[in-house]
Amino acid sequence: MSILQANIYYIGSVGLMLVGLYIILAKRNLIKVIIGLSFFETGINLLLISIGYVRGGTAPIFSNPDVKAEGMVDPTPQALVLTAIVIGVAVLALALSLAVRLYEHYGTLDLRKVRELKW
Amino acid sequence: MRGLIAVIVLAVLAAGLAFCLAEIPFGRDIGDVGGRYVEQGVQETGAANVVTSVVVGYRGFDTLGEVTVLFIAAMGLGAVLYGRRPSGGRREKPSLILSTGCRFLFPLIMVFGAYVFIHGHLTPGGGFQGGVIAASAFLLMYLGCGGKRIHRATLGAVESLAGLAFVIAGLAGLAVGGYFLMNVLPKGTVNQLFSAGIIPVIYIAIGLKVGSELAGIVENLLEVTE
Repeated sequence: MSILQANIYYIGSVGLMLVGLYIILAKRNLIKVIIGLSFFETGINLLLISIGYVRGGTAPIFSNPDVKAEGMVDPTPQALVLTAIVIGVAVLALALSLAVRLYEHYGTLDLRKVRELKW
Repeated sequence: MRGLIAVIVLAVLAAGLAFCLAEIPFGRDIGDVGGRYVEQGVQETGAANVVTSVVVGYRGFDTLGEVTVLFIAAMGLGAVLYGRRPSGGRREKPSLILSTGCRFLFPLIMVFGAYVFIHGHLTPGGGFQGGVIAASAFLLMYLGCGGKRIHRATLGAVESLAGLAFVIAGLAGLAVGGYFLMNVLPKGTVNQLFSAGIIPVIYIAIGLKVGSELAGIVENLLEVTE
């Protein structure tokens, strides 16, 4: 129980990643696959943020002179996740535009039917 | 069959991650790099927000690449959706609440977005977050204020000039004989609005660029281009 409690953030974020990957692998609707991609990305971001956590730490912002550098969380994963979120938005928008085009061309978002139409 | 393969792949991934994460206890001590950023970041960059000093100060070049990735994705989206036929679907008229709320909230959301990216070096937030907030105002405008459109040429000009401002701010470091993206402006007092040298300048440029790019993405996804 204590192991579960100590690692609850890891378990939650890895769980989110696995849910996302399952959707990507098993679902056949393209919109659902893109939603799964977004889940997977969110899980990875949460995992990176929780790796950077320092026990009892606060946000790494010196908002007033009393704030001390000790007991701040690691800012590096946060900066990297900021990058990852932006790239994720770009990938998501591009994927959605491809889905729009696919729907216009085939009249369906079902990936099985799209595959049948391929040579 | 498909589901079974998926479950096997998930089990392998979960086992691998579990073994890796067992080596990293949750809530560990801060590492060398992070510790240095937290202890020296304020003196070295003048930004009260250490995450901002990492994103724009220490890793400014990386952020330029990130902005480029976003630009290329927006360009790719425009290219994929260019010349789309009108779908013929009728768009439902916004309700009274949405159209009134749009007119009331649009300027407030824009001001909040500008606040978030101008204060990126002092408070949580920054160029990317503020830009996304400003773009969400444009999404609300498309949903609620029926008939209002973004002026495409203005959008393109804001995006290009903001990108140019980032590169010029970087080249200024080379011009004074330093390195690319050197903090050439005076750092000022920590926790003042005018502090941290070129960091707020770059973050304002990023905010405008991200905001106009995402507004363009929203426009491309919603509109049928002629």
